[in-house]
Amino acid sequence: MAQITLDNLAHSYLPNPQSEDDFALKQLDHVWGDGEAYALLGASGCGKSTLLNIISGLLVPSRGRILFGDRDVTHQDTVARNIAQVFQFPVVYDTMTVGDNLAFPLRNRGMDPAYIAARVQKIASMIGMEDSLKRKARGLTADAKQKISLGRGMVREDVNAILFDEPLTVIDPHMKWELRTQLKALHNEFGHTMIYVTHDQTEALTFADKVVVMHDGRVVQLGTPEELFDTPEHTFVGYFIGSPGMNLIEAEVAGNVAHCAGHAVPLGGNYKPLKGRVQIGIRPEFVTLASGDEGLPMTIKRVEDVGRHQILRAEFAGKPVNAIMPEGMAIPADANRLKFAPERISVYADDWRVTPLHAVSTPAREAV
Amino acid sequence: MDKVQNNKAWFLVLPVLVLVAFSAVIPLMTVVNYSVQDTFGNNVFFWEGLTWFQEVLTSRQVHSALGRQLMFSGIILAIQIPLGILIALCMPKKGVWASVCLVLMALPLLIPWNVVGTIWQILGRTDIGFLGYTLNSLGISWNYSRNPLHAWIIVVTMDVWHWTSLVALLAYAGLQSIPQAYYQAAKIDQASRWKVFRYIELPKMQGVLLIAILLRFMDSFMIYTEPFVVTGGGPGTATSFLSIDLVKMALGQFDLGPAAAFSIMYFLVILLVSWVFYTVMTNLDKAEGR
Repeated sequence: MAQITLDNLAHSYLPNPQSEDDFALKQLDHVWGDGEAYALLGASGCGKSTLLNIISGLLVPSRGRILFGDRDVTHQDTVARNIAQVFQFPVVYDTMTVGDNLAFPLRNRGMDPAYIAARVQKIASMIGMEDSLKRKARGLTADAKQKISLGRGMVREDVNAILFDEPLTVIDPHMKWELRTQLKALHNEFGHTMIYVTHDQTEALTFADKVVVMHDGRVVQLGTPEELFDTPEHTFVGYFIGSPGMNLIEAEVAGNVAHCAGHAVPLGGNYKPLKGRVQIGIRPEFVTLASGDEGLPMTIKRVEDVGRHQILRAEFAGKPVNAIMPEGMAIPADANRLKFAPERISVYADDWRVTPLHAVSTPAREAV
Repeated sequence: MDKVQNNKAWFLVLPVLVLVAFSAVIPLMTVVNYSVQDTFGNNVFFWEGLTWFQEVLTSRQVHSALGRQLMFSGIILAIQIPLGILIALCMPKKGVWASVCLVLMALPLLIPWNVVGTIWQILGRTDIGFLGYTLNSLGISWNYSRNPLHAWIIVVTMDVWHWTSLVALLAYAGLQSIPQAYYQAAKIDQASRWKVFRYIELPKMQGVLLIAILLRFMDSFMIYTEPFVVTGGGPGTATSFLSIDLVKMALGQFDLGPAAAFSIMYFLVILLVSWVFYTVMTNLDKAEGR
């Protein structure tokens, strides 16, 4: 187990990258703590697989170094790095039994048979497959096979990190939750450093201690699920995380008031004059309906009842704005305005969050 | 839903029935007809029952031809399957050289049987053949038209040259379909090269290899043209395989009855073996899909 340091890392698939755009992975400087669970979250093509391959040793970065602990492993292969990896599709050795599959990495390293037997038994009970240890792996269901893959990744105690490359893609939705819970339990028990690549925000937020959100070859935010929800550092984090994502409205900000298409919106803090494209962002959870003259005028397009709450799809100045209403709340017939909780509004200049000079009031949740 | 009964619809399959009748059923029935009758010419036939079958089954000539045939099929399978796999493993996976290799491998398959026979017939000759002449000049006594062992060597070598690429191409296709993740996983598990072959490549190639074995078995079991061109079945009967014997019997000696009985049993043996292979393969597929 080791802490992973990404030092000045960047990667381009071109031999002679000229501009910033040529890099699939832009400059990265991070230290990832030992024994923590990280999720790499982002849309397809954002560079998360590139980053994973650099960490696992399949790719040598064009620039920078990668360190495990104090050891520079930039030019070492996966085996030398002592990493375990679980792939998107289950990789099992069909002609072996489940038990032999789990024992395979240990046997190849010439471990003591008694230790192997004990270890296989332990992993089998963790993944709930003690009963089928003697069974041939061929013909098992996809999720059973993926459990074996997870187990094989887990079976070595001395690995520096375990990498998961969208491991639950082929799993049925109801099994996903169970496997994720088991992974979490395994992490708590063994304390391996885990890196989990996914494009599914639920997976990332439930699995990881820290979520690394990637967009366009860049890490736009590294934080706990709460931080991503409460203070998205980039507009991409705002609308990628949350369902529906954050509302972003073009605005002009002066002091503690934003002007959106001529309407004033009070903010939770004071801002110095901003340059570039300025937007305010508010999560649908903190939008309320009102009637009268205060707030932003809107027209309701439709209301979607998703069971535990309702999503109100409205329009302000020709742009969609979403609000989340409690379950069963009747939408007032005279509702024609939207109100935003001031302390929940974030201000963005050219897509990056601007911190207020001093907060007018602090939201309770941010202290968590 | 009620099913409409309209037996006239059966007439729609008539064209197919006619085609199949002329291309398969009638010729085959002619053979069946010959196999149970005898003739002294003038289109006069006598009923003979199963006599020809008994004669063929107890014929020492047929027994020894069958023995040679099984030995031949066994030898070429034992050489071509491992060799084909080995070649497939050595072929580049991608890039220009992969295409070059594929084309080179496909070349022998494109040459007509009798041309292959002629190539090797000439190559092995002691007077003008490159191989035969060179061997003799080196002081190695070589003469495939006199020495049965030499005849076997040249016939087997020729078949290996002609058909190993088929096995190699099939095995290559099987190897190409293995996702890269398997190799990465094996590397992470620190599996040796042999274990990668034993636990990943071989199981994944199982399906295509069965097809390769089936094709090569059937083809070698029916082989006629090449040994006929190279050795003509000789020296003596050293390389006369079942089909060479059959042609001699039917067209050389005009023993239509025994030849017909022989053909039918020959056909049934191949059918039986193919059926066994088919059953094994579909069962494997089922096990895979479970």
